Amino acid sequence: MAMNDDQIKRYSRHILLPEVGGKGQKKIANAKIFIVGAGGLGSPAALYLAAAGVGTIGLIDGDVVDLSNLQRQVIHHTADVARPKIDSAREKIAALNPDVRVVAFYERLTAANALDLVKDFDLIIDGTDNFPTKFLVNDTAILARKPLIHGGILRFIGQVMTILPGTSACYRCLFKAPPPAGLVPSCQEAGVLGALAGIIGSIQATEALKLVLGVGRPLADRLLTYDALTTRFRDVPLRRNPTCPVCSDHPTITRLIEYEQEVCRTA
Amino acid sequence: MKVKLNGKIEDINQATVLELLTARNIEPRMVSVEHNLKILDKEDFGRTPLREGDSIEFLYYMGGGG
Repeated sequence: MAMNDDQIKRYSRHILLPEVGGKGQKKIANAKIFIVGAGGLGSPAALYLAAAGVGTIGLIDGDVVDLSNLQRQVIHHTADVARPKIDSAREKIAALNPDVRVVAFYERLTAANALDLVKDFDLIIDGTDNFPTKFLVNDTAILARKPLIHGGILRFIGQVMTILPGTSACYRCLFKAPPPAGLVPSCQEAGVLGALAGIIGSIQATEALKLVLGVGRPLADRLLTYDALTTRFRDVPLRRNPTCPVCSDHPTITRLIEYEQEVCRTA
Repeated sequence: MKVKLNGKIEDINQATVLELLTARNIEPRMVSVEHNLKILDKEDFGRTPLREGDSIEFLYYMGGGG
């Protein structure tokens, strides 16, 4: 598929990069990226991936836009309050870049639907707001063998890691199971700096594009943490856990399971 | 003894990972501990001795994103 003049102009700053070029831009156009959650992390990730010209963006979110979301969920505007997030996000993406095909699901990711939903996509971005879904997304990525860009935020701190199934450490290599309910506060209870979501979601989009292009060194076997208060990034080296319940050679989790949802509902 | 804790050299006098967590007021159930690049099982916190030069990372759950 050849690019037209408008596309060459639109993506010119990418095409100028030797690591991208016309060939890389076509890889981006052929990419299919699935974003779980159109919230704090999903908003910047979806906007940057759409602007980059990712051919197909899958979005799943069962929530409607709440006024308290707008402090950080930049894909949604004031007029979108009470609308399904996927409708709001789909419109913004279409307005930003008509080259992008959006496949949107107005539902929650569940153990029953996850594997089927991700099967047509190349990679997954975690923009979820609760532990049960973060573990479900991780297990889905491992079982479906799709790369996953994990992200998490709380207060002024964020974390990101790229998971290459069968190759690098997964979320369960670090955290075997969700913490006991109520022990780790949610953003709803503890708050989060809105701009922090922009940084972490943008890193997730960047890491996704690197994998699509096959350039650089992925954020695999590393947990990147960002502390906004001290403006420090830390990169903690990781290794696959030989006793990981899902990605080790002898897994105890061989099909998707769901943990009970906790309180953090106002994404 | 000197260990590298979360990337910083620190002088500590705790004998095990669990003692170190307790001394820092960290609830063991809300953290993962990487000891010399190995993620520990929580049951092993109390029986993992700390030695001079060890590298320890406390990795925290971060469930937000919405």
